[in-house]
Amino acid sequence: MPAARGPRRTLGRVTTHAPSTEYPVPGAEHPARQYDLDADGLRIAVHEWGDEDAPPLIVVHGGFDFARTYDIFAPKLAAGGWRVVGWDQRGHGDSEHPELYSWDADMRDALTVFGHVSPGRPMPVVGHSKGGALMTQLADAQPFRFTHLVNMDGIPYNRRIPDVAEHERTKMVATEIAGWLDHRRSTATAQRKPGTIDELAARRGRMNPRLDLDWLRRLVTVGGFESADGWRWKIDPSMRFGGFGPWRPEWTLMRLPGLPMPFLGILGREMEEMGWGTPPEKVLPYLPLDGRCEILDDVGHFVHIEQPDLVSAMVLDFIGAPS
Amino acid sequence: MTANHPPATGRQIGAVTMLRHGKVDLALHHLRGATAAGGRPLLILHGLGEASPHTVPTWADGWPGPVAALDFTGHGASTVPRGGGYTAELLLGDADAALAALTEGDPAASITVVGRGLGAYIALQIAGARATQVHGAILVDGPGLAGGPTGPTSQSFFSLPPASTTPDPYALVELGEPIAVASVFRPEWLEAVAREHGVITTTLTEALSTYAS
Repeated sequence: MPAARGPRRTLGRVTTHAPSTEYPVPGAEHPARQYDLDADGLRIAVHEWGDEDAPPLIVVHGGFDFARTYDIFAPKLAAGGWRVVGWDQRGHGDSEHPELYSWDADMRDALTVFGHVSPGRPMPVVGHSKGGALMTQLADAQPFRFTHLVNMDGIPYNRRIPDVAEHERTKMVATEIAGWLDHRRSTATAQRKPGTIDELAARRGRMNPRLDLDWLRRLVTVGGFESADGWRWKIDPSMRFGGFGPWRPEWTLMRLPGLPMPFLGILGREMEEMGWGTPPEKVLPYLPLDGRCEILDDVGHFVHIEQPDLVSAMVLDFIGAPS
Repeated sequence: MTANHPPATGRQIGAVTMLRHGKVDLALHHLRGATAAGGRPLLILHGLGEASPHTVPTWADGWPGPVAALDFTGHGASTVPRGGGYTAELLLGDADAALAALTEGDPAASITVVGRGLGAYIALQIAGARATQVHGAILVDGPGLAGGPTGPTSQSFFSLPPASTTPDPYALVELGEPIAVASVFRPEWLEAVAREHGVITTTLTEALSTYAS
């Protein structure tokens, strides 16, 4: 049974120092402030860049990522006069590993952060990948929390796999369910595989072949932890890729056309393993009336990491000056 | 009462074995151990908001094998998670943990499952997912049978007061959602199941009799 829980509160101390193990990359900045929030009994880690008294701007990371993947992008937004606030989703980064995961639980955790950062006042929100899809749904459910929504390569599209025959698709379902149950049986004792910084960077690089090796090394040192037998990613080892439970891409897409706030989509044309496989032209019919979409050629899923100057400038221009 | 059918894994506390599923401890209640007649285990899955019975239900008196009942996550004596996050798939994993325990990890061994309400939905799923290890799934009325939405609604998101006892209120909100169909009430999905080739529609007593052999 869980311990008795009080009202939401900030846990722990605000820290501002960068550990010496953080791999340096030009332009990357350790957050100015880091603290924990109590999200209905779960510890959620928050990271902030920029002036504490500036108007807040929310950034939301993607699945299998963490807030520190904004170490270059967030300072550029903060330079525009914003207090940039991100958090590690449950099971990711420095946040606690909960018993359960679901899309709705992620949404409730988000509301804890929104309520702490800007209670009762709307903010501009930038989400990448899963974070963009989460925020698209939240913008539909609670539009009063948003002044603007920027979705960076997080507009999912239900693409059929053309080279799989129907009868094989049926067989795949049974195999996939059994495989998932086998995975669940192993989750109680699962651990991530240890390695050197370069080994973990190389592993991540196989999913992010377009990202710079030094950046991947930095990700290891801010998204991993070092123990006696090497570095491991902090992400909950019980999670599989995705990690948000049953969910269908069309559930996000169906909410897009009705969004009432100014909307900017930024899509990379190059398809990658961690992306949604969304053909940009398939998204355009779903854009809201007050929305537009920028499609970046020769850019992959991580538009804000590959092109931080270009994308941060697009975002700052779109949301306007802080007031 | 003592368990005569200890599982291969888990901590046994009296007639209850605590099974580990991820970060959740699940209570598997051994209501009756193996009998002289032998026979495969019968697993009882409760409905939404319920908990396992502590004694063998009268309708299962005639079952020739062991009888066990599982408390799903957030129910009965099982762990209450922090901040919800329930899915039917998670409960399927719960049932699979009980299956592994009752078959002692033997892939050639099998069980029969009786599910009430939401447990009926999970019984149907486990019968499909572990087809060679589930010799009959019996779906009967109970809380949660009508189901919840199969897609997103316009309902917004909210937090619930913390729970110190079961059932976890998050489970009630998030799981409000499934081969012998033995229920009287058959929502559309269950009618579709009942119409499938090979599915029988019968009473609980007759279904148990069918699967006991």
